[in-house]
Amino acid sequence: MKELLVEKSYSSVYDKLKRNSLKQANNIRKINWGDFIYEKLTLFFAIIVFLLVVVMGYEMYVNSKLSIDKFGWKFLSEKTWDPVTEIYGALPSIVGTLVSSFLALLIAFPLSIGVAIYLSELAPSWLEKPLSFLVELLAGIPSIVYGLWGIFVLVPWLRTEVQPFLYEHLGFLPFFRGPMYGFSILAASLILSVMVLPIISSISRDIMRSVPSVQKEAALALGATKWEATKIVLANSKTGILGATMLGLGRAIGETMAVTMVIGNRPIISLSLFDPGYTMASIIANEFTEATSELYISALIELALILFIITIVINAAARFLVWSLERKWKKI
Amino acid sequence: MEENIKKYKRKLIFRKLKSFFIMNLSFISALIAIVPLAFIFYYTVSKGISHLNIDFFIAMPKPVGESGGGMANAIVGTLILVGLGGLIGLPIGIMAGIYLAEFGNNKFAFLLRFMTDVLSGVPSIVVGVVAYTLVVIPMKHFSALAGGVALAILMIPTVTRTTEEMIRLVPHSYREAGLGLGIPKWKTSFFIVLRTAWKGIATGILLALSRAAGETAPLLFTALGNRFWSTDIFQPIASLTVYIYDYARAPFEDWNQQAWTAALVLILFISLFSIAFRIITKSKYKTNQ
Repeated sequence: MKELLVEKSYSSVYDKLKRNSLKQANNIRKINWGDFIYEKLTLFFAIIVFLLVVVMGYEMYVNSKLSIDKFGWKFLSEKTWDPVTEIYGALPSIVGTLVSSFLALLIAFPLSIGVAIYLSELAPSWLEKPLSFLVELLAGIPSIVYGLWGIFVLVPWLRTEVQPFLYEHLGFLPFFRGPMYGFSILAASLILSVMVLPIISSISRDIMRSVPSVQKEAALALGATKWEATKIVLANSKTGILGATMLGLGRAIGETMAVTMVIGNRPIISLSLFDPGYTMASIIANEFTEATSELYISALIELALILFIITIVINAAARFLVWSLERKWKKI
Repeated sequence: MEENIKKYKRKLIFRKLKSFFIMNLSFISALIAIVPLAFIFYYTVSKGISHLNIDFFIAMPKPVGESGGGMANAIVGTLILVGLGGLIGLPIGIMAGIYLAEFGNNKFAFLLRFMTDVLSGVPSIVVGVVAYTLVVIPMKHFSALAGGVALAILMIPTVTRTTEEMIRLVPHSYREAGLGLGIPKWKTSFFIVLRTAWKGIATGILLALSRAAGETAPLLFTALGNRFWSTDIFQPIASLTVYIYDYARAPFEDWNQQAWTAALVLILFISLFSIAFRIITKSKYKTNQ
């Protein structure tokens, strides 16, 4: 009897507890409604951002269908770009884009690595911060201002000083021949190199900084010189620097205004860097508003689609390289 | 032994010289990197300053041949375009940024971060083409709205990432204090964390807006341009950058001068916002380490 009573009281206490905890759980669930809405609402907008890339690709594909159906893969290998006869080929602009971008990288890469080494390893801290800021400011100048500077300062300088000089001393090479207008692939490459330098150098700097300093310190303690210690840092950040360079390449390939203003805009393929050329971005910028026929517009949109795919592939690969390296260092 | 030490010393001198030489080379390359910046600033200021007067901001462009005049319509146009872009792009960008910072520990969030990074690498001219297909083709004419859509797409990745980073800068103790008091997560996030981070977010947004104001390529065939005064968002509208593009290629000395002035105004704005952004983000909360 006594035992039963005890058991009963136990069970009532247990029931009470159970009821209480249920009530609490209900309370928590009530509060969670706000959290639930908050999460789903932000998620909704996050999904919009996510879908944006898909919608962009789809829109361009649908609107360039006319040209894709008519030219097929030949669009990529056709050398003529002639609105009068309605024959459109992307080859001259693709070649122009690649040549000007790679030339820009050729100029900007060694300089950027120098800047990154200086900023991450050598500069005294009072100089490092303002210098980093100036480099970032260079990245923030609008492309149209670079173009303006290109038209009125760079192009005349190339025409009167640089091109005659190159012709005189290196004219035996096929790259430095032909009439000297100033407006040329050379001008576009130079301006692009100025524009990609801040990107490559600031990302490389960040990567070199994130390399654990233990190895470098060990090398210094063993009597290595500064350069030898820096070499270790460089070896460790190779993939990241490659990623940074690819990001720079992505920027150079898609750069529009500055290039359009100095490249001379002519759809030809030429060995000489003195000749005017065209890039995919500058063809679109230059001819889109003048395009009258539907095929013309859809060919231009197809160019944009190609540009979109190229830059997405390059950027994705570059981000992947930079990311994987950063995560690797974080683990250590 | 003696021989070896001598050899070692000679080698050491060589190594030190090499190090010294290369280190100086990197210093020189840092200097070279700054030179174009100095050039561009020097030319824009020296060529643009002569036309920088009150007329530039309040007068309309004069017809060819008449000197003087300003770019009032272009300045208002740029403001309208950037405003439209902000109206469309900021809510999306900020909310997505909040999602990444507050609930961003799943696979979708990682993918989204990757996508925003990729999206920020898409050339602005491509974004212009997309805005053309999305808005201009259905409406059948160029409009400020199309330009606004293009600028919005360009802003979204920057705003998303800045919002996320600024929220992450807020010390964990703030959030923990809120949650410890039994305040629900959304209230903590909204009234405590966001309240702390909003200054950083706001300056980040201003920076994104000023960058958008400097865009030209996506406006060429969306907002198009307009010689006259217009504030109608369904009609073509003028913008500073497109004016620079047109005036720079025009064969008139006076127009070229005005292009420089417009460039100067643009650069001043963007530099100002960059500096403000840097000061605010660097001086505030550094306690999250």
